[in-house]
Amino acid sequence: MWPCMKLRHLEELLQQIDGFDNPKLLLEQYVTPSHLASHMLHTIQAHYGDIDSKLIADLGSGCGGLTLGTAALNAGLVIGFEIDANAIQICQNNINDQEFSNIDIVQCDITSNSFVSRWFKMFDTVIMNPPFGTKHNAGIDMDFLKKGFALSNNVIYSLHKSSTRAHVLKFAKANDVKAEVLAQLRYDLPTTYKFHKKDSVDIEVDFFRFQVSKNP
Amino acid sequence: MKLITHNMLTSKCMKGVTVGYPLKIQAVDVKTSEVEFNPEFISRLIPKVDWNVLCGAAESIGHLDDLPKELVENYESDVEFLKKAHRVLLEIDIVNGELICPETGRKFPINNGIPNMLLNEDEV
Repeated sequence: MWPCMKLRHLEELLQQIDGFDNPKLLLEQYVTPSHLASHMLHTIQAHYGDIDSKLIADLGSGCGGLTLGTAALNAGLVIGFEIDANAIQICQNNINDQEFSNIDIVQCDITSNSFVSRWFKMFDTVIMNPPFGTKHNAGIDMDFLKKGFALSNNVIYSLHKSSTRAHVLKFAKANDVKAEVLAQLRYDLPTTYKFHKKDSVDIEVDFFRFQVSKNP
Repeated sequence: MKLITHNMLTSKCMKGVTVGYPLKIQAVDVKTSEVEFNPEFISRLIPKVDWNVLCGAAESIGHLDDLPKELVENYESDVEFLKKAHRVLLEIDIVNGELICPETGRKFPINNGIPNMLLNEDEV
């Protein structure tokens, strides 16, 4: 076990973070629930020591839940990459509220072919809660993952729909990356969008840990 | 935007740009924010950085101060050097200004500390 902030404190911190005020369907903007995010980050630090003093990327950082949680767990520096200006605005307010200085945010398109560029193998740890690629952007989850593999010199943590597990495992193997499902979690999606008929929808998601090959 | 981030950004994504690095900085507003000093982290960060570009960037915004323009030997054990590197890499924050592509002159705005690297469809 590694030194880590108490899970309860981390969850309390993440509960104070504002979410999307006007989520965009095309970008599949869902806030990672604080309960889920705090468990995820606590595991990454307490079990693997992959946050404290590390250089970390958050791909699709949105309103900054994972970014701020990572900063709170004493990341050396976390850089959040996000395309959407509104989400960045909210994220920035969240960062100012919590007064973290070990965070930088870059507005850019992760799916662009030239995204990786000089960031190649720069980061110790990449974390993400990618778009699941279910609506009008099929395959975007794998695109995020591929960029994560390229950016990390060690590990990637990500969430994927359990129904796609076999596909994710196969994708990792094809990219010479070791994949492990750390937990299956229930993702409680509140009715963010009008097409949701029920108050909330539970979907099963896998919490993955990927290890890139040290000598590619 | 911290200078470690500037050290990694390029405009290579643009049509017709071959290197797109380093981006020039036009700073309107620069602040310094205190970040916890972690010598082990800075030591691991330094080899990933283009030192000349870092010094050039710091100098162009008037914040080079006493940072040596050449990497010193055995910097891992030189706490004074690591503190200077820490300040320039992590504590200087460009709040407002522009990043400029060295080949096309295309400007990428920095607002509230966040560089906007998005391109229009016709620029890709």
